[in-house]
Amino acid sequence: MNFNINGETHQLEVDLRTSLLDLLRDHLGLTGSKKGCNQGACGACTVLVEGERINACLALAVQYQDRAIVTVEGLGGEPLHPLQQAFIDHDGFQCGYCTPGQLCSAVAMAEEVRRGLPSFVTADLSSDVMTLDHDELRERMSGNLCRCGAYNGIVDAIAETYAKEPA
Amino acid sequence: MTPFTYARAADAATAVSGAGANAKYLGGGTNLVDLMRETIERPEALVDVTGLAQAIEARADGSLLIGAAVKNTALAEDRTVRRDFPLIARAILAGASGQIRNMATVGGNILQRTRCAYFYDNEGSRCNKRQPGQGCDALDGFNRNHAILGTSHACIATHPSDMCIALVAHDAIVHLEGRAGKRTIPLTDLHRLPEGHPEIETMLEPGELITAIEVPALGFGRRAIYRKVRDRSSYAFALVSVAAALDIEDGRVRDVRLALGGVGTKPWRAWQSEAALRGAPATEVSFRRAAEAELANAKGYRENGFKIELAKRMIVAALQELAA
Repeated sequence: MNFNINGETHQLEVDLRTSLLDLLRDHLGLTGSKKGCNQGACGACTVLVEGERINACLALAVQYQDRAIVTVEGLGGEPLHPLQQAFIDHDGFQCGYCTPGQLCSAVAMAEEVRRGLPSFVTADLSSDVMTLDHDELRERMSGNLCRCGAYNGIVDAIAETYAKEPA
Repeated sequence: MTPFTYARAADAATAVSGAGANAKYLGGGTNLVDLMRETIERPEALVDVTGLAQAIEARADGSLLIGAAVKNTALAEDRTVRRDFPLIARAILAGASGQIRNMATVGGNILQRTRCAYFYDNEGSRCNKRQPGQGCDALDGFNRNHAILGTSHACIATHPSDMCIALVAHDAIVHLEGRAGKRTIPLTDLHRLPEGHPEIETMLEPGELITAIEVPALGFGRRAIYRKVRDRSSYAFALVSVAAALDIEDGRVRDVRLALGGVGTKPWRAWQSEAALRGAPATEVSFRRAAEAELANAKGYRENGFKIELAKRMIVAALQELAA
C-alpha cells in the first residue's frame, strides 16, 4: 500500500484491520496523533485528509491510500504554525494530550468557515459568509474534547488566529 | 476485529455482484469500524462503496437526487439543500462532529446502528438485537437515552440519526440495487419496528445496496425547523428532536410535516400529529392536541418517562415558532 503523509510517500504492507491512527503511530512512528478513546468520541486522533479533518481512529488505513494526509508533525516546525504559537501564548492546554487533535481540527475548521460551511448554530444557513464568533467556534470544535478543561485558552488561541472579531 | 477481505467497488453493479453472503458495504466506517473493533460486526468481506455516486442532483421538478456516497458535510453544505431543504442541512449539522460528518456517507447514516450501551456491551449485557433471544438489559436498566415509541418487549433501542428525521419528514425515497435488480422504497418503510425480532432492522434484502436518496420538492420546505434537546449542547445524540415544516393559510394548517428523533425505535414520522393538524386552526390548542395524539401510545421506562412530556412540548414549541 502507498501512503502520502506530510508530503512523503510511504510504501508498506499492513494488516487490513489497521486503522489510519495505528498506521501513523505504530508503523510510521508519527506519534503526534493521539489515541484517546479509539471510538470517535474525543477527537485526539484528528488528522487532515486533503485538508479535511477526520478521526483517524475510525478510519481503516486501506481506505486512505494515495490521499494527501497531514498530521500535527506536518503542520509546522521551525517556525511553529501560527496556531501552535497561539496555543502556547494562551495556555491552550494542560496535559497536552488533546492538543495535536485540537490543532489539526482547528486548521481545517477555519478553512470550512472560509469556504462558507454553516454550523448548527448558524442563524442563516443560506448565507455566503460565515463569521467565527464565540458560539460558532465552540460548536465547530465540539468534536475535540479536553479533559483538563483548558477550553478557555483553546478558544482564545483559535479566535486570535482565525476569528475576524474577538470571540 | 476478525479478519476480512477488502475490495473497492467502481460502481453499484460491481459492488452488488462482488458482495458475498457475509460481506458488508463500507462507507465512511464511522459506525461499522467501531462495531467491528468490538466484534459486534464480523464481516468476512468489506466492499468499499465510497467511490460510488457522490453527486447531489437538483432536478427540474424541484426534487433532489442524492448519491448514497455523498458525505454528510457535502450534503449540509450544498447550496440548494441549504436554501430549499434547510431541515436536512440543519439536522445533519445537529449530528456528530465536524470530523465524523466529513467521513460519514448518506447511505451509511441511514444504516447506522443504535448506540444503546447494552447493544455495545458485547461481554457483559444481554441484547436481543446482538444475540437474538438473549433478553434485553435496557428494559430495566439505564434507559434515559432509549425509545418511547415503537418499542417492544424485546427492544427499546433508538435509531440514532438526526439526518433521517429530516429525511422522513421530507418523504424521502431510498433507491436500492440488489441481486434481483433495482427498486425504491419510502424511507419511512425502510426501517422495521423491533417487535419480536430487533435483530432485523430494515427491509433490505441480503446484499441490497442503497444507491441514492430521492427527496421530493416541498413547497413550504423553507418554513421548517429542526430542534434538538440533548444532555450537552453539542456532539451528543438527541434525547428528543423535532423536525417540523408548516404551511398555514388563513390561520389554518394547510399542510405540515413532523418527525421525531431520540424517541423512536426507527426514524419517527409523526403521522398522528399531522392528521390532527391538517385543516385545524394554527393555534397552541391545536398544536397541543396534535402532540397528544402522537404520544398517546408512547411508553416510558424507568428513566426515560420524561421524554413523553418533553416531546409534546417540543412539538408545540416548534409549531408555534413556525406559526409566528
